[in-house]
Amino acid sequence: MHDGRGAVRRRAGARLWLSAGWLTLAGGAALLAPWIAPHDPLAQDLFAGRMPPFWVAGADPAYPLGTDSLGRDVLSRILHGGRIAFLVALIAGLATAVLGATLGLLAGFFRGWVDVAISRLIDIWMAFPPVLFSILLIAVIGPGLWSIIIAIIVIDWTRFARVVRAEAMGQGAMDYVASARVAGRGRISTLVVEILPNVLPTIVVLLTLEMGIAVIVEAILSFVNLSISTDSPTWGGMIAEGRTSVHQAWWVLVLPLIALFLTVLAFSQLGEGLKDRFDPVLR
Amino acid sequence: MLRQVLLRLVTTLVTLFGVAVIVFVVIRVVPGNPVAMMLPPGAGPEDMARLQALYGLDKSIPKQFVIWLGGVVQGDFGTSITTRQPVAGLVLGRLPATLELSVMALVIAVVWGGIVALVGTRFRGGRAEAAIDVGNGIALSVPDFLWGLVLILLFGVLWPVFHISGRVSPSLDLPFVTNFYLFESVIRLRFDLWWDIVGHMLMPALALAFPLAAIVAQLLKQSLKETMHLDYVTLARTKGYGETRVILREALRNAVLPTLTLVGVQFTFLIGGTVIVERLFSYEGLGNMAIDAVINRDLPLIQGIVILFAVIFTAVNLIVDLLYAVLNPRLRHA
Repeated sequence: MHDGRGAVRRRAGARLWLSAGWLTLAGGAALLAPWIAPHDPLAQDLFAGRMPPFWVAGADPAYPLGTDSLGRDVLSRILHGGRIAFLVALIAGLATAVLGATLGLLAGFFRGWVDVAISRLIDIWMAFPPVLFSILLIAVIGPGLWSIIIAIIVIDWTRFARVVRAEAMGQGAMDYVASARVAGRGRISTLVVEILPNVLPTIVVLLTLEMGIAVIVEAILSFVNLSISTDSPTWGGMIAEGRTSVHQAWWVLVLPLIALFLTVLAFSQLGEGLKDRFDPVLR
Repeated sequence: MLRQVLLRLVTTLVTLFGVAVIVFVVIRVVPGNPVAMMLPPGAGPEDMARLQALYGLDKSIPKQFVIWLGGVVQGDFGTSITTRQPVAGLVLGRLPATLELSVMALVIAVVWGGIVALVGTRFRGGRAEAAIDVGNGIALSVPDFLWGLVLILLFGVLWPVFHISGRVSPSLDLPFVTNFYLFESVIRLRFDLWWDIVGHMLMPALALAFPLAAIVAQLLKQSLKETMHLDYVTLARTKGYGETRVILREALRNAVLPTLTLVGVQFTFLIGGTVIVERLFSYEGLGNMAIDAVINRDLPLIQGIVILFAVIFTAVNLIVDLLYAVLNPRLRHA
């Protein structure tokens, strides 16, 4: 990289801060939704259906981002939908990371039949189309918040397992691991104390990316109406409703779409930014 | 070489068998009796038992699996519960639509990504490359589902120039004998139909192509830039060839191989993405059928579709591996 390393780093820094900023803002707003949302997200006002947002003529100041066809407040629904999105991202992301990284570490460090079994399982998992797999799982375990989280864990653990396995394999061959073993450390202890800290940056990067994926999966599942019950507002559900009435009330589709777009983009850019940060070649 | 190919085939078969077992077991723990939904009101328990026996659902799961596998070997994937037609016929009838969409998306992604990479290499180090990097980063971060929604808004609502629903205008009279509409319209020189079909396919294909195009652009640009420092490229420069010609004639040929392998793997992700993108655009392919099958709890149909997807995935991976072996001279003579 002979050209403009400073510029590359500045751009990477801006990307990191912009994404972290948006996630803090959106996450905070989602957390505080019950207190800051101006309306009950489920309250219908059939006399105020399809009110446009405040910058369009004919808007009602009581509904700053307008209302949907049932007269529900779009802003309140986006805020409450964000709660679900961030909740799924956090829980599903962490649980997927723990499961996938554990299996990856075991396969990469112990090798032998453990590695063969886990690798074969990964191969089989990779032959499933993920969206179809998640829809299938939801149909099996029934809709609901926990079903989405379980589906994400069951499907996406391979993302962690594949990468962590390769990393653990590389670390396992290094001298410091051999010397730890010579110094009398047990195998499990070596894995946890010596190898895990060195693989952790990779896991953090993958976790950030996975949280973005979790947000998308939740949106897709609520879009095909397999998410949680229809009386909880979700971004995907709002988008599905907005899609049918886009010619009459575009904001019902556009506004939650912007929230979803920015959140997914921010998680992904944060992950990529962290990857560059942790990468010794770029540093 | 032959040994490797055979070994690869065997692992592929093992993977497919694993997929079949998992799908079969997962589907059979579905709560809610699919047979109960088919019966008219007033049907008694003996009607139910008869129907269950008809679909083989009264036997144990391992027994059902053996019977099902025996059928599969003979090309019989069972009967769809909702449409009461053979699964194999239904699924194969939809396959061309999904294949055409996937291949169209792949071609768009490779051409677009290739052009972006060449432009980025030609103007490397400047503002153009910086802009390309930012654009790539965004295209890569946002999945096909969201690109689909954005395209619907831009070209279906804001500036409605493309169709955003279906595969072909329903009013048209189709003379086709196969389900490869796009391909057959060209063969029959029916460019009026071809234009209508492309108008329907372009938006979902673009949504699928965006992330892959970004990956192609990123990787190809990187390998091109690495190649630009090599001796034979410098030699071509000293011969007095222009920068554009050096990139196109000398560097490109050698930079293409790593990109090719990655495109293969990414292509399977693209095919997986058709499930939701077809739903989004009401495109009558396999993915759309799969979601309907899940919603209707049509077990034999779900099973057939998931297995077909798994076959496509593993086949693509196999083809890429073989192609890589053929194209890479270092492996060919090994």
